[in-house]
Amino acid sequence: MSKKSIIETEQEIIDDFSLFDSWEDKYEYIIDLGKKLPLLEEQYKTEENKIKGCQSTVWLVASYTDGRVFFKADSDAVIVKGLVSMLITVLSGHRPDEIIAAKLDFIREIGMFTHLAQTRSNGLLAMIKQMKNYAIAYKTIQGIEQK
Amino acid sequence: MKAPNSIPQVLDVTSIRNQFPILNRRVKEKPLVYLDNAATSQKPQSVIDAISDYYTNYNANIHRGIHTLAEEATMAYEATRFAVQEFIGAAFPEEIIFTRGTTEGINLVAYTWGRQHIIPGDEILISAMEHHSNIVPWQILCEEKDAVLKVIPVNDNGELSMEAYMELLNERTKLVSIVQVSNALGTVNPVKEMISAAHKAGARVLVDGAQSAVHLDIDVQDLDCDFFAFSAHKVYGPTGIGVLYGKKELLESMPVFQGGGEMIKEVTFEKTTYNDLPYKYEAGTPNIADTIAFKTALDFVKKIGKASIREHENNLLDYATAQLQQIPGLRIIGEAREKVSLVSFVIKGIHPQDIGIILDNMGIAVRTGHHCTQPLMKRFEIPGTVRASFALYNTREEIDILINGLQKAIKMLL
Repeated sequence: MSKKSIIETEQEIIDDFSLFDSWEDKYEYIIDLGKKLPLLEEQYKTEENKIKGCQSTVWLVASYTDGRVFFKADSDAVIVKGLVSMLITVLSGHRPDEIIAAKLDFIREIGMFTHLAQTRSNGLLAMIKQMKNYAIAYKTIQGIEQK
Repeated sequence: MKAPNSIPQVLDVTSIRNQFPILNRRVKEKPLVYLDNAATSQKPQSVIDAISDYYTNYNANIHRGIHTLAEEATMAYEATRFAVQEFIGAAFPEEIIFTRGTTEGINLVAYTWGRQHIIPGDEILISAMEHHSNIVPWQILCEEKDAVLKVIPVNDNGELSMEAYMELLNERTKLVSIVQVSNALGTVNPVKEMISAAHKAGARVLVDGAQSAVHLDIDVQDLDCDFFAFSAHKVYGPTGIGVLYGKKELLESMPVFQGGGEMIKEVTFEKTTYNDLPYKYEAGTPNIADTIAFKTALDFVKKIGKASIREHENNLLDYATAQLQQIPGLRIIGEAREKVSLVSFVIKGIHPQDIGIILDNMGIAVRTGHHCTQPLMKRFEIPGTVRASFALYNTREEIDILINGLQKAIKMLL
């Protein structure tokens, strides 16, 4: 299978961002990603799937097929949604071990860490934790099934 | 609409701005436009210097020492108490209790007066526009005492319903705890009228003055409130220092809050007798440096004069409101007849947080979110607002920068 590794996808994003020479271009790109991210069906926007930030909300849904974890997500704020979209591009479709080990350095590299560090104002940091938790849970299930 | 230059200048804003070093800062390579004054105001150089002067020249623990430094520090610390007494028109200096801020002042009343007086079935009355700080301490108390928290509703303009208030007041109402100026809407509530009605019903009144102290003339004797709490950091003073005013006879009859040094008269293992007001409520070494610098902030406000400050800020409010109303899809939340210089708004189809992030990239500091008033946001059925709040150093040019910034943000986000 020719699926790119997490590191390779992260590098692609870093390369894309290096082309922007103004903050406007960078944000327009993220906003565009946010707008393009497929909307989550209303049925998934439940309390259970909600990752509540102080200001904006993220909904995250995960599934597990053929040893790979797939994510879908949505947010009520478009910039957060753009960042969510990038996280999905990087992590979705990978094996639990790869997701657990992912360092996600690209967030710092593209200068978006400040938005993630504001844990109180958005659910992004909590979302990364939740994505990894899903990976850990699927890994555990897989282990049990193999036994 | 009036042209910007037709508005008279009531303050020498240029010279005022020169006294605030942070206003020279650049953010994201642009000049800082600071419009988050309702969260905290910036500090003039004199306040910054007062803190440094204390630590450089007379740092000592207060009240107990007999050496020169202790005496100087005590004198400076107590001078702030007199300045605060004058600032809010209290009858006695011992009615001024230093706290960490408004929140601690409200909690002090809840934990002392509240535990002494509230019994099962009693009612505590707050409003739908309270900050969480004036909701949660009363919820904790009501839960503990099996008392009931009642809420005065807010109308679509962001004003309290006085009719509903009069109906809610009854013989079970023991306390009305009410914000004088809403941090999320800017509404000025008719607290004097409300206090008089509460007293007729036999209830005590606490006024949350966190937002009002910097904008309005405060006279606690004229208001006749039983308690008044506010913070220094919203009045150009340092963080970590605030005031709880209480009527002397009330404070004297209330139980102690925290135990420790300073608040005692005599300690034996059998029994401790407590110190007189205000020290009874000031256990432990206080925040000496910031308390001293707080007086410098009050002196700064006094020198310029609240009347001129209010006029300047009202001009900014009128100008900002008129300009914002020109933006398609923008809805102002909070259109009370009487407001302080603060505008909260939402823009159709855009999350407030996204606007805040884009404005930050242009060096513009506004507040976005629920402003610690989640029940109020729920009442208006919005996730939050964008809030621009103005201080005496803000200018019409800065409002123009905000308007341009908003237009750009809308273009990018919609």
